Amino acid sequence: MPILNQPPTRRTALKAAGAALGLAAFGKAISPLWSIPENVSTDEFLQQHYKELTDEDKRKVFERLEAETKELHGASVTISDPKPIPGVRYGYAINLSKCNGNGACMEACNKENNHHRGVDQSYIRVLEMSKGSMDMEEGNTTYDHTVPQDDKYYMPVQCQQCDNPPCVTVCPVEATWKEDDGIVVVDYNWCIGCRYCEAACPYHARRFNWEEPEIPSDEVNPDQGYLSNRIRPQGTMEKCHFCLHRTREGRLPACLEACPTGARMFGDLNDPDSDINWVLKNKRVFVLKEDLGTQPSFFYFFDS
Amino acid sequence: MSSAIAPKLSGAAAHPIRSYPKFLWWGLGQATNGGLLFYLWMFVLTAIALVGANAWAVQVANGMIVTNMTDHVSWGLYIANFTFMVGVAAGGVMMVIPAYLYHDKKMHDVVIIGEMLAIAAIVMCLLFVVADLGRPERFWHLIPGIGRFNWPMSMLTWDVIVLNGYLLLNLHICGYLLYMRFLDRQPNNWWYVPFVWASVFWAISIHTVTAFLYCGLGGRPFWNTALLAPRFLASAFVAGPAFILILFAIIQRVTGEKIDDGPRRLLINIIRVTVVVNLLMVVSEVFTEFYTGGGHTASARYLFLGLHGHNALVPWIWTAMAFNVVSAGLFLSPLVMRYSTVLIVACVLAFIGAWIEKGMGLIVPGFIPSTLHEIVEYTPSLAEWKISAGIWALGLMVLTILLKMSMAVISTSSKPAMPENL
Repeated sequence: MPILNQPPTRRTALKAAGAALGLAAFGKAISPLWSIPENVSTDEFLQQHYKELTDEDKRKVFERLEAETKELHGASVTISDPKPIPGVRYGYAINLSKCNGNGACMEACNKENNHHRGVDQSYIRVLEMSKGSMDMEEGNTTYDHTVPQDDKYYMPVQCQQCDNPPCVTVCPVEATWKEDDGIVVVDYNWCIGCRYCEAACPYHARRFNWEEPEIPSDEVNPDQGYLSNRIRPQGTMEKCHFCLHRTREGRLPACLEACPTGARMFGDLNDPDSDINWVLKNKRVFVLKEDLGTQPSFFYFFDS
Repeated sequence: MSSAIAPKLSGAAAHPIRSYPKFLWWGLGQATNGGLLFYLWMFVLTAIALVGANAWAVQVANGMIVTNMTDHVSWGLYIANFTFMVGVAAGGVMMVIPAYLYHDKKMHDVVIIGEMLAIAAIVMCLLFVVADLGRPERFWHLIPGIGRFNWPMSMLTWDVIVLNGYLLLNLHICGYLLYMRFLDRQPNNWWYVPFVWASVFWAISIHTVTAFLYCGLGGRPFWNTALLAPRFLASAFVAGPAFILILFAIIQRVTGEKIDDGPRRLLINIIRVTVVVNLLMVVSEVFTEFYTGGGHTASARYLFLGLHGHNALVPWIWTAMAFNVVSAGLFLSPLVMRYSTVLIVACVLAFIGAWIEKGMGLIVPGFIPSTLHEIVEYTPSLAEWKISAGIWALGLMVLTILLKMSMAVISTSSKPAMPENL
């Protein structure tokens, strides 16, 4: 083969051989990639952003996801897509005088949201704080002694559902956004996994799926929402969504139901008679890192 | 370049557009000619690149769990290298500014080297970003028009624009000038001078935007400083020219062609200024961090002194500091002008110092302690080292090929690399 004006010398022949060898070696080197077509179907690859899906598209997507869950995790689940209730805006408050650090909220979150069991995580972290200090640097999330300790108080931190959420601002592909009821959600099928939102969040509220999630089939929560607790794909970001598959249907978040001390209050900020508004009117509440201007919808207060 | 004797297309008959692929093909043929040392060099780079490609394929197949990154330290070696390479790419333009702004004719023959370095560095930047994605097959979500591009809000979308734009600009400028020379034609100013000017401003913008990526995050006090972008630029204009000076020495040694002393002096003088400015800004930052104290100091304390018994980065940053200070001393002394060994040592120290400081010394401590003040340390996994080494090897391969292509053109042409009527 005459390579453009270059005489067919021994050198060109050697070059061609070298190039062929190199290409073959490259093919061999990237051979682990051949497993991708099994893991990512064409439909999934081509799926559009949540906001561009028609009802018909959504039906197909949900069916596919349900079938995948059946195949991968051996569980029959229903994936729903509850919409924000018009006029409702959610708020959450925690009574730090009541929270005793027992961690029931974290456990409930882990189960409700189909978290990967291997890492024992949830969307909530409970800081054990020294009485007399608000400095998180004095806090500790890895305590394993009996609670409560006399000289400590306990501060659960989860997504603050900010009105000015830095995570939404920085996302390069609009895979995360704030819904009308104040809940910040993630389209797990659109996220590219750059983790910029995780870097931007001042509350350590976002989690990345480093591993393929594993959950025993009998422990899978079958009541799933597309934007909330369905089993998240590997390599994407996830976060607390105020259990929107429950709360948008009038139920309470799983962490609140599980709390044995009654430290947690949830409700509609627009409803003057809601629990959350009672707290805002009658308690002196504060938010975390107010100076950053994130304007959380998550409030803290002490009884006394 | 002794082998650049292959017959070129005859200048008069060549069609300026249809011949371009032929020009590229000819250049590639020239670029793959060389001595034993050259083939050994390319073989070693290929081997490392293949190891990296394999590690990346394993990472894509098994997921990001093969890295040592965590929810606490969610960016590591890849983003550290990315940040540094953006600086090298921006630093490459330091050759362009004097050549065009001051009509320095001696720079014209070597300005291409800076632009080639910029191209290779940007290719590496893009690869480092792709390596850091949890779902690389969804990269099309980032393409304006078919994806959803969060512009102008997300600094990452700005970065995508400026990096790709810079790559295209440099490819066009180098490609056009070399091609015209290959055809023995005079370049048309309209076809490249506006792009040269754009690339000068663009070079500044790539590193500024990359700094904004970090300093725009209010929740990360270590990064949230207005001095970050100027600091980035100052260290880029040390590391970029330092690398070009090393390249000069290598080219001179390998090809035996004497590179004019003027460009070398100019680059050393550029470094003499930027190295001092960089050190001054580091001192300013360290002062504001430590003099006041308080919660904002935690990351800096972790980086420089260790925090609550955790001190993985302390040896790194002090190495970087020592390298920076020693190289600054060498650059400011008359020795660098006199002895090429001293110059090379100074350049290597400056380059490695900047790599540590702008890489691991900037990205990792931003995450430690975490926003809830937990301390989780990070050391890159073997997979991360392999992939990073692979990308470096590929970048060096690209650079080698580009430089050999341009030298093949230059050495077979009777005309200077740049027109002199700017």
